[in-house]
Amino acid sequence: MKLKKILTTLGLAILLGGMASAQAADLRIGVEGAYPPFSWKESDGTLKGFDIEIAEALCAEMGRNCVLVEQDWDGMIPALLAKKYDAIVASMSITEERKKRVNFSDKYYNTPAKFVAKNGSDLQITKEGLKGKRIGLQRGTTHQCFMEKMFPDAELVLYATQEEVFQDLAIGRIDANFSDSIAADDGFLKTDAGKGFGFVGGDMHDMECHGEGAGIAVRKSDDELRMEFNKAIQALRDKGVYQKINAKYFDFDIFGG
Amino acid sequence: MGEAIIQFLETWSPLDVVLIAQNFDRFLLGALVTLQLTGLALLIGGALAVPLAIIRAGKNPYLNAPVWAFTYTFRGTPLLVQTYLIYYGLGQFEAVRESFLWGPILSQAWWCALIAFSLNTAAYTTELLRGAIVTTSRGEVEAALACGFSAAQRMRRIVLPSAFRRALPAYSNEVIFMLHGSVVASTITIQDLLGVGRWLNGRYYLAYEGFITAAVLYLIIVLIISRGFRWWESRWLRHLYPQNAVETKPKKGLASFRF
Repeated sequence: MKLKKILTTLGLAILLGGMASAQAADLRIGVEGAYPPFSWKESDGTLKGFDIEIAEALCAEMGRNCVLVEQDWDGMIPALLAKKYDAIVASMSITEERKKRVNFSDKYYNTPAKFVAKNGSDLQITKEGLKGKRIGLQRGTTHQCFMEKMFPDAELVLYATQEEVFQDLAIGRIDANFSDSIAADDGFLKTDAGKGFGFVGGDMHDMECHGEGAGIAVRKSDDELRMEFNKAIQALRDKGVYQKINAKYFDFDIFGG
Repeated sequence: MGEAIIQFLETWSPLDVVLIAQNFDRFLLGALVTLQLTGLALLIGGALAVPLAIIRAGKNPYLNAPVWAFTYTFRGTPLLVQTYLIYYGLGQFEAVRESFLWGPILSQAWWCALIAFSLNTAAYTTELLRGAIVTTSRGEVEAALACGFSAAQRMRRIVLPSAFRRALPAYSNEVIFMLHGSVVASTITIQDLLGVGRWLNGRYYLAYEGFITAAVLYLIIVLIISRGFRWWESRWLRHLYPQNAVETKPKKGLASFRF
C-alpha cells in the first residue's frame, strides 16, 4: 500500500513537472522528411517542402518558437504520445482510427489518392483486376487501410518510406504504387525516374480510411494547442500566406473544398 | 487531477490484446519466414564456410588473401548495409536488371535477403572454424602423421571432426545472432516476424503491440535453439567434460569444475 502511494505521488510529480516545463519550452513539431513535395531533406540536411513551410508559417502566426523534430513515419503517433514532440505536421490524414489516439486540427489540405503504374500496363482497378498484383505502399498510411479494406486480394508490399516505393516501382519490383496523387505526381511522375509511368484509374476515396484531409495531430490533452492551430490555419488562409506557399509547389489550390 | 489520470491512461494505455489475438496467425506465418530464411542462410553459409576455413587455416597466400578479404568485408560492415546494397544497390544497374538473374532471383526481396544473410554468416563461420582448426591439439595431428595419413585424410578424419566439436559452443552464438540479424529482412518489404509486427503497428497505428508480440516469439525461438545446442554439446563434447559422472555431490576444488 505504502509503495503504491509513493509510486502514485512520484508518477504525478513527474507528470505535473513535465506539463509545467512544456509550457515554457519551445513548441516541438514532428515532421517526416521523406515525402516530397511535402517534406524532404536536402543533401546538407536541411528540411524542405510544403509541410515544413506550413509548419514554420503556423509557428510564426502563433508567435511560438518552433523546433522541427524528424521522425520515421511508422513511429509518428507513438513518438507524439511519448512527448518527443507536441504536434505532427506531416500530411497526416484525419481518420477515425487515428482519432482514437490523438486529436486533429482542422484539415490544412485535402488531395485524392491514386494508383500509379507503367504506361500501357493492363492494370484494372477492380477487385478481380488487382487480385494477386503486387501493390507497393507506405506502411502505416491511410492507403494501407484502404487497400486492405477495398482490395483484400491484392498482394501488399509495405515500405518504410514513400521514396522506397517509387524506387522499386521504377525498377519493376511492384506492379503499381498506391499513394496520395500529389505525392506521386511531384515525388515520382515529374522526376526522371518516373518517365514512362502514369496514373491508372480515378480518384480513390473511402471516408473510413482516408478521412477528411490532412490535419495537425496533437495529444488529446492538448486541446488549447489544437485550437491555436485551428486559428492559425484560418489566419494563414485569410492573409494569403497559405496561397503563397501553395503556389511554390502546386499549380492549383490543394486546400480542397 | 482527473485530467492527469486521463492523460496517463491515454499515453500509457495497456496492450491491445484483442488485436494481437486476432492477428496471431499472421505472426506464426512471419515466424515461419524468419525460421526459413535463418535456417537456409545457416545451411548455405555453413557449407561455404568449411572449405573457406580450411583455406584460411592453410598457408597458401594466393588462396588465403581473397578469403581473408571476403571475411573481413562481411564481418566489417553491418548486415543492414549489405542487404541494402544487394536489394536497392544492384537494382540500379541496367545490366543487372537485364541479366537472367534479375527475374527469378535479384528482383525478389526474399532471395536478396537470403544471399546477404548466407554470405554474412559464411564469413563469421569461416573465421570461427579457422580458429578451431588451427588450435587442434598437436598430439592428434602427430598421431595421424605417425599412422601415415595423407594431408586430406588428416583434415577429414582428425582435424575437422575435432574442430567442429570444439567450435560448437561458439557456433550456437552465431546461430542466435543470425536469427536476430534476420530482422533486417523486414526493411526490404519481407513479412518476417518483425515485418508482421510492423504491419500490425502500421495498420492500427499502435506503438508497441507488434514489437512485443514479435519479441516474445523471438524469445521462444531462442530458448528452443539454446536448449537444442546444449543437448548437442552434451553429446558431442562429452569427451571433454571432467570424468566424474558417478559423483552426485561436487567436491570442493578441482573436481567441481564445470563449464
